[in-house]
Amino acid sequence: MVPIIIFGLSALITLGAALAVVTNKNILHSAFYLVLAFAGVASLYVLLEAPFIAVVQVLIYIGAIAILIVFAIMLTRRIGSDDLIQRNAQWIWAAMGAAGLFLVLGWIVYSVNWPVVTQIVPEDTITILGQELLSTYVIPFEVASVLLLAALVGSIIIGRERE
Amino acid sequence: MLNYWLYIGIFLVVAVVVPLVAVLLPVLIAPKKPSARKEEVYECGIESKGNVRIQFKSQYYIYALIFLIFDIEVIFLFPWAVALGELPIFAVVEGVIFIAILFAGLIYAMRKGALAWS
Amino acid sequence: MADLINLIENWIKNLLLGWGASAGLTGFILQALGSVLVVMVCFAIVIVLIWVERKLAGRLQDRFGPNRAGPYGIFQSFADMIKIFTKEYVTPAGAEKGLYNIAPVLAMASVLAIWAVFPFAVNVIGADIHVGVLYIVAVGAFGILAILMAGWSSNNKYALLGASRSVAMLISYEIPMVIALLVPVLLSHSMKLSVIVEAQEPWFIFVAPLAALIFSISSMAEIGKAPFDLLEAESELVAGYHTEYSGMKFGMFYVAEFLHQFTVGALITIFFLGGWTGPMAVRWPILGVIYFYGKSLFIYLVISWIRLSLPRIRIDEMLDLNWRFLIPVSFVNLVAVAIADRVMMEFTLARWIYVLVMFGMNMFILWAALAIAEKNDQAVEREEFPPRPVAVPPGVDSK
Repeated sequence: MVPIIIFGLSALITLGAALAVVTNKNILHSAFYLVLAFAGVASLYVLLEAPFIAVVQVLIYIGAIAILIVFAIMLTRRIGSDDLIQRNAQWIWAAMGAAGLFLVLGWIVYSVNWPVVTQIVPEDTITILGQELLSTYVIPFEVASVLLLAALVGSIIIGRERE
Repeated sequence: MLNYWLYIGIFLVVAVVVPLVAVLLPVLIAPKKPSARKEEVYECGIESKGNVRIQFKSQYYIYALIFLIFDIEVIFLFPWAVALGELPIFAVVEGVIFIAILFAGLIYAMRKGALAWS
Repeated sequence: MADLINLIENWIKNLLLGWGASAGLTGFILQALGSVLVVMVCFAIVIVLIWVERKLAGRLQDRFGPNRAGPYGIFQSFADMIKIFTKEYVTPAGAEKGLYNIAPVLAMASVLAIWAVFPFAVNVIGADIHVGVLYIVAVGAFGILAILMAGWSSNNKYALLGASRSVAMLISYEIPMVIALLVPVLLSHSMKLSVIVEAQEPWFIFVAPLAALIFSISSMAEIGKAPFDLLEAESELVAGYHTEYSGMKFGMFYVAEFLHQFTVGALITIFFLGGWTGPMAVRWPILGVIYFYGKSLFIYLVISWIRLSLPRIRIDEMLDLNWRFLIPVSFVNLVAVAIADRVMMEFTLARWIYVLVMFGMNMFILWAALAIAEKNDQAVEREEFPPRPVAVPPGVDSK
């Protein structure tokens, strides 16, 4: 009973905040609503008994990406202080497209016979994660490092060109 | 397992409510005498000029980007550190390679002067 | 009698069950009571700490400190509290009300939230989750957001400038802090705080002194007080992101700062000073709680001592210290500790040999890093200025 109530609350917060992100007139307020949406998603991960992913969600998305977005808004001249219109002429088509996608996804979720895992989620998932990461998935693990290096070099080059 | 997270949830609610009460209490007991003079922006007595939301240096953005990259790296290293005891000794080398690749990036950033405050 | 805390817990539990409450509801009420207790203790500690801090600052700087309200001025905090509660709120013109009012509450909540996972004694543990270490780092993110909110919504140039500077500093120093945290995780093979505490034989400050040092320095920067308090450099930035806050809203930022310093003391205690462990702490859990708070208070006072003694660092020097010294050193330290720990695991060594090797290695890395830093520092070309003429009274020969 309690998990269902919490699920409902988190889903409501996530969706409400997401809606506020796209409808709010002040782009900085949108950024802070996005934080709320991220927090809602994190609590959904907790309910799925994936605490590591939940904490990573908060650490990366709220702790780093949200701050990056706010800095990016501050970098652009005067955008944060003015009321801007977030819609353009095609918003109605976009809304219809999104609604269509929602219906298709909803139908898939409803109609597919999802396999139910009967096994209990292990207590300590992080040790298992670490073992898998360094044995079965060691190549993706190392490639991730190279990808991050590329991102680092790229961000420095872009940042220097701006000056 | 979820029981612990319920405690954290309750704790977070308490942690928000208690400061909220402390902030709301003066609304009831403190005097309220607003005036236009009082509400002026404080700039050491000089009248404020121009737009407050000035444009920022791109330096801040680069710091945030590099922080994001190292944050993600650390996320990968935590499972490595936890599982190290139960992994073959070669796993240490794998982790060290992972760190070394990003360390090269850090040295590149230093050489390019991207981290210096200008 | 030996286990006072669980005794009380069981008593309340049985009382509630006796009144006909269901097991689920009883658990819920107990958890709520526990969290309220922890939060209230935090506030009570801050009230005492403000007096301790002011008295200590006074004595260290050859002043009396508070000495009017009550003996030794012990009622000073209460007088301040009554005053701040009856202070008028002044909201600056053009402030964004919503964000402006949320920011102080969020700043306080983000510090309080860390206390949810602390182990206070052998059987008095908050939420003993498997991702405890990452949880602590993650909730700190809300504090950074609160600073950004406060700076942006105040409609004040100094507040905005102060906020972005302090956020740049906070996110920079978070990197060495988290890498230093990886070392206790690596040594105890767990992110569970209770396991980290129990794995400390001896305390990790002896096994990994360099990680403890890096964690302490970067945590001090995270607190944002001297010597890292450049956001409060009055001559440049007025008071930083909370320039426009008054009354209890400012009070929340102030209390959050104090509590954050105490929380850092608690974190250093948990990760490097053995947490609640101490003589007889397993048999008498109440002693564990006392050890935990005592060690935290000790670290708090040491941090106060450091910050009352050192001058403020300039922002470019501070960022250089982080990116050019702390981060590279913490990476090297992590790699060295990982290799040494894993290799020594292959051989069955006595614990004291293991500790000795670890300690020696840490000291060597620190020495090498300092030597390299000094060499680089000498290589930097500094602009030499000729001595400026000083105003002298006429007729006096200036030398």
